[in-house]
Parts: sequence; C-alpha cells; structure tokens
Amino acid sequence: MQTRLSSDPHEKSPLQKRRGESTLAVHAGEAHQKVADSITDPIICASTYTFANTQAIIDFIEEKQPREEYGRYGNPGEKVVERKLAELEGGEEALLFSSGMAAIVGLLMTKLNAGDEVVFFDECYHRSREFCSKHLSRYGVVTRQVKACDYDAMEAVINDRTKLLVSESPTNPHLSIVDLERFAAIGKRKGVETLIDATLATPFNVRPLEYGVDYVLHSATKYLAGHNDLLAGVVIGSKEQMEPVRNLRGIMGAINSAHNIYLLERGIKTFGLRMQQQNATGQAVAEFLANHPRIERVYYPGLESHPYHEVARRTMRGYGGLITFLVKDADWRATANIVDATTIPRIAPSLGGVESLIEQPLVMSYYECTPEDRRRFGIPDNMIRYSCGIENAEDLIADLEQALRA
Amino acid sequence: MKFRTRAIHVGNDRDEQTGAVVPPIHVATTYVQHHAGEWREFDYARSGNPTRKNLEQTLASLESGTAALAFSSGMAATHCVTMLLESGEHIVAGSDIYGGTYRLLHKILNRSGVSVSLTSTVDLDAFERAITPQTKLLWLESPGNPLMSITDLKACVAIAKRHGVLTAVDNTFATPVLTRPLELGIDIVMHSATKYLGGHSDTLGGAIVVADKDLYERLYFIQNATGAVLSPFDSFLMSRGLKTLELRVREQCRTAQRLAEFLDSDSRIQRVLYPGLSNHPGHAIAAQQMDGGFGAMLSFEVAGGFEKTKRVVESTKLFQLAVSLGAVESLIEQPAAMSHASYDAADRLSHGIRDELIRISVGLEDFDDLRADLDQALNA
Ligand SMILES: Cc1ncc(COP(=O)(O)O)c(C=O)c1O
Ligand SMILES: Cc1ncc(COP(=O)(O)O)c(C=O)c1O
Repeated sequence: MQTRLSSDPHEKSPLQKRRGESTLAVHAGEAHQKVADSITDPIICASTYTFANTQAIIDFIEEKQPREEYGRYGNPGEKVVERKLAELEGGEEALLFSSGMAAIVGLLMTKLNAGDEVVFFDECYHRSREFCSKHLSRYGVVTRQVKACDYDAMEAVINDRTKLLVSESPTNPHLSIVDLERFAAIGKRKGVETLIDATLATPFNVRPLEYGVDYVLHSATKYLAGHNDLLAGVVIGSKEQMEPVRNLRGIMGAINSAHNIYLLERGIKTFGLRMQQQNATGQAVAEFLANHPRIERVYYPGLESHPYHEVARRTMRGYGGLITFLVKDADWRATANIVDATTIPRIAPSLGGVESLIEQPLVMSYYECTPEDRRRFGIPDNMIRYSCGIENAEDLIADLEQALRA
Repeated sequence: MKFRTRAIHVGNDRDEQTGAVVPPIHVATTYVQHHAGEWREFDYARSGNPTRKNLEQTLASLESGTAALAFSSGMAATHCVTMLLESGEHIVAGSDIYGGTYRLLHKILNRSGVSVSLTSTVDLDAFERAITPQTKLLWLESPGNPLMSITDLKACVAIAKRHGVLTAVDNTFATPVLTRPLELGIDIVMHSATKYLGGHSDTLGGAIVVADKDLYERLYFIQNATGAVLSPFDSFLMSRGLKTLELRVREQCRTAQRLAEFLDSDSRIQRVLYPGLSNHPGHAIAAQQMDGGFGAMLSFEVAGGFEKTKRVVESTKLFQLAVSLGAVESLIEQPAAMSHASYDAADRLSHGIRDELIRISVGLEDFDDLRADLDQALNA
C-alpha cells in the first residue's frame, strides 16, 4: 500500500472552486480520507523510504511515479503543507525550506549565476541584503539597490545581465507597500523574473501572484506558523519555475524535520482567524499610537497618514500586526525605557506569532552598524517595532499607555 | 488582563534560562534532588512536570479557579472526580450526559458500591428529589449531548448548598470562553480537553479545575496515586491550542448560529436543537449563562427516516463523518448509528434520540462553504 498524504491535484477534490481562507487553511492540500482513517496527518519521521523490490525502483525512475525516496528530497507531510500553502497563495507549486533565509538563499542560488545581476528595493530584512552583498558577490553575482518603490530607478538599472527583481511588501521595518502591478509589469516588459517577500502581508492580505509576480516568498516562521515555536520558509511559483529550486534544495538539504512540518500544518489551521485578529489589533494599536502626544510618527499602512496608504487600500485586505513608530524627542535610552516598561509584549526579534513582541531596531538588529549606515537604512535611534499578537487590543493599548507614561 | 491575553501569557513565562518565548518541553521522568529527604519543586514526573504545570496554570486562570490538574483523557479526569466518593455513597447526574460518562457511572462505579441516579435537569424539582442522604455529588453537563439541553447551573448550586453536596460540571461543550461554572459557585469543572481546549483533533486530554485548595489537594492526591497524567508533548500541544481558544470558539459559535438559522428555515429539516435559537427550550437560561455565544455543537432532525439520514451524513464533503467534536475541522455524525448505537432502540427514544437526528460539530471553515455543503447533502 502506498502512503500518499497529499491529495492528487487530478483527483476530483472537494475544494475545486476557491473556498474561503479559513476553509483552505483547514482543509487545502490534505487528503479527504487519510492513512489509517485518522483526521490529522501522521508525522512520518522516516529518513528513507523503502521499495518493494528492484522493479519498483526502476518504475520510480523511469515513470517518475510520485512517491518518496529519501528524506532530503521530501516528506509526505511536507507535500501536504506545500499544497496547502500553494492553494492559499493561489500558486501552482510551493516549496518548503527549514527557514525563511534558507528559502531566499535556495531561490537566489538557483536563479543566479556568475555575472548575473539582481535588483533590490533597499528597504528589506537586513539578512536578505547581507546575503546578496556579502555572499552572492563572492560568486560574481552583482547586487544593485534602488530606493524602495522608486520604479523608474529600478527600471533604469536593469540591463541584459539582470535576472531577478526583488522586494518585500510591506517592507521591514518601514512598511512601505509595493505597487505589485507596476513591479510585475517592469519585470514582464524587461523579461526579468520578479520576487516578492510577502512575509509581512501573508496570503490573507494580498496574493502577489495574482498581479503577475513570478515568485512569492514567506518566512513561514512568522504569521503562517504563527505560534513563535518553529522556523520555516516557503517559495511559491509555477511548477516549471520551481522544479530547479526543488532540485537544488535536494542537494543543499535545507529541509524541515517531520515534527516541524506537523507543527506548521497545525499552526496554519488557525491562520485565517489569527490574521483577522492581528489585522484588527494592528489597526487599533496603530491608531492609538498615532493619536498619542509622545509619538512622533507611526508607520502603518492602514493609517491615512502612511505614504502608501492608497496602494495598500487598493491591494490589501488588511494591514497585519506589525507597527513601527518613532518616539518624540527621545534619544536611544529614552526609547529603550519605553520598550523596557511594557509588560505584555516580550522583548525579542521576530514577528507574526500569537505573543506580541517588541524591539528597538537600533539595539536589536542594527547595533553593530555605523550611525552613517543606520541613517542610510532609515533606522533612527527613537524607532520601535511592535508586532501585535492575538491578545485583546484593549490590553495591549493599556500596557502601551502606561509604558509611555513611565 | 482579558481572557485571551491570559490564554497566551499566564503559565507561559519567559524561560529564565534561555529567554525562549515558548517554554521548553520537559520530558524528564525524574528530577535530581540536592539533599536526601528534602524535595525540590519537582521530584518525579507523575507527581509533577514543568510543562504540565504551565498548562495547569493557564487552565486555572481561564476557568477562574485557583488550581487545575491535567489528565491523559477526559474520562481519566471524570474518573478522578468520582474517586472522591466511597462505597455506599450516591451520585445524581443529568440525563443528557456524554455516553462514556454514563458507562463509567453505571458499569465501573457500581463495582465499588457507588450508586447513580440519572435525572433530567430540565425539571429541577425532580432533580432535587433524586438527592438522598447518601448523595455526595451532582454531575452536570451543559449544553447536554446530543440534545443540547441547557442546565441552570446557578439553580443547581442552590440545590447543592441546601443538601451539602458537591457539584461538578462537564464544561466541554461550553468551554470557559462562554461559561465559567466556578464563578457561579460550582465546585469542580471538568473538561474533555481533547475537544475545544486542544482544538486540533490531535491530542487526547482531560482537565479538572477547582477554586478550593483543600478540594484540589484531595484530587491531586488521587491523580498522583492513580497516575492518569497528561504527557509533556501533549501538554505542550494543549497549551499551544489554548492560545487560539477564544478566537476559535467565538468564530465557531458565530458560524453555528448562522447554520442553525439556515437549517431552522429549511423545509427539509424537521427540528433544530441549538440553544441559540429562540425556539430552544433552554434559550433563556443559555442567554444568561453563556457569554456571547451558544456553542458550536448543534443537532437537527431531517425529514425522511433512518436511511435518508444515513445518506445525508455520508454525502457531506467538508463535514467529515466522525465522532468527537470541538476541533478546527467540522464533523458530522448520526447518533442512532454512531455515538448512541449501543443503546437499544427503545432506550434511545426514551432519551429523545431519534433515527433522524444528526449532530454536527462546527469547525473553522467559512460559513458559506459549510452551508453549501449541508445544502447539497440534504438533497442526497
Ligand atoms: C521579511 C522577512 N523575510 C525573511 C525573513 C527570514 O526568515 P527566517 O527568520 O524564517 O529565516 C524574515 C525574518 O526574520 C523577515 O522578517
Ligand atoms: C462532553 C464530553 N465529556 C467527556 C468526554 C470524554 O473525554 P475523552 O474522550 O477525552 O476521554 C467526551 C468525549 O467524547 C465528551 O464529549
């Protein structure tokens, strides 16, 4: 008997027309009737998969039968989650990695060769930028950075060696929103593939593939898994474009453990609910901060004052739980005092989980940078980044209120 | 702090040693002591385990109690409560209770000389008359299973006070999101944590929560002596489930209410049993006793007899045919053929369980998808 956990896309699936987000989160990608009739998918810890006999191996190789071979190439539980994420994102093929960074590295290493160029919007997760400028450069890949959302500047640096246009949307930590239609159109016009790291948006709020973007990437560590208890990354694209990425992953080996995969699948079940709540809480906390006399500026796409509010409103269902803000007339120490005075959010990097987290980018991620570089990256000393969890907004606001009084 | 904030933070302190935002899963069966005969907080895993303790703290907070105990299943929790009784003593239980509880009370407890009377809690005078001088415990469940009968818990507390007996509520269907029996004066809350508390159909578990410290000590003594504790991995999964408990239950209630209204106005349906409908006999009490929702379990009778009913439950695509309840996936079952098949037909009927009865557990799927699924299945 063959163990097949993922539903065959050719089989008549109960989920044929696009179902609601929550229905997809619970059911998409899963077989309706599972192994041992169990309602949940089993955790298959096998490092390798057995063949009944020699002929079975030959059939597998010659006919490319869909089955497992060795743990580094894939796991039945992983295929379920990959299908679930592909359906949520409205894409053909998803590929999971052991972390968001592993997903970025896996995709860039597949797509870029010596002499190729990649263009970045400059507001992004600092490790993505670091990988390109410090590591891909060693292999002769050239990284060009242009100002976030400056489409003309992006178009101007494209040449015939350019292979990939990359951006986050919303960006981290400034929460700028990319006009995905424009971004994808540049790629199409110039014959260059496009990638959006949509970690901060999630497929609940926006699905970049619908705008013609080639690849969507997520640090699934964040909202998708949602419980601050696992690392994972995912890239979604067309079957054809993803096949070489899958092959390279099989060689590089940045795959998830079976246990991790199960926790991810379980986390995604409440994805729709969590997003709905985090969108609502994010908006409420952002509005509270925007009206607070001690706050100089709030970066949140759901506020009318946000420079990209119009694009956000046009393309996004909600604006997520991440809020960045500046404290009025505060040096780094006075800002740190506010962080330290909060009692509900934990002081930690990361975002998107059920527990709220707070951090001061200067201290958390940019401590080693020169003041010059921090200015260039737009990280002032009085900046705080707040990731709303799913706690009651009233509690988070009351806590911020006392911290700002302290 | 509000309920949901406590579900996330109480019992989930930052790990002092590593700073981990999620406490570690402690799997050790034994704990190294510093001195012979001087016990530190943890000694042996049956007696206590840090991961289980975290979960118990969260549960105690959510049920407005002072202490909780986590068990390997709901039945283990119920059994622990019944072990408070001695030979010759007596329990009065509601008649619309979980079948497994019925089995425990009638086929296991009788062996130790504890006797039981089942009485409907709809007529509280009759319920009170069932109490004898030997009665030590009232066992209640609200909403009941599978008819969703509503028991007035406050009124039962008053009865219990008059007779000096303990009260226990199986709060599995209501969950602490909607009803917190300890706030109403109930002595013991019990859960099949397998259901809404865990919420993902992947963990068996049970819980007891109490307000009174002495009562806790007596129950703890029984649990430690008999050993049906929850494993560290399951304690972790349960704690993880609790973080989304309120979001899940509120969403599930909203969808259940809309499905109940849809079914109630459909000519293919004879009767809908859902406390959120004003035609439900327990609606008024439920509206007071349940906070902001009427639960996500509902039963209904289709027109057309046993065979038609069987076809309906076998024709849904999103609702999966299975017993159990309370999870993210919607489930459907026919009590006459499944959960209550072991009763003989006459007994079933006397409990009000007709062949046409269907019970559904509403999950997290979108209302439109679930309604469309029931709609097509009803034509089967
Ligand atoms: C926008 C964004 N992309 C990528 C990453 C990297 O993901 P991971 O931490 O899962 O490797 C992060 C997280 O830190 C992120 O915030
Ligand atoms: C209301 C109720 N109480 C108790 C139980 C027993 O719990 P468990 O199955 O976790 O032992 C169940 C489970 O089916 C139940 O529905």
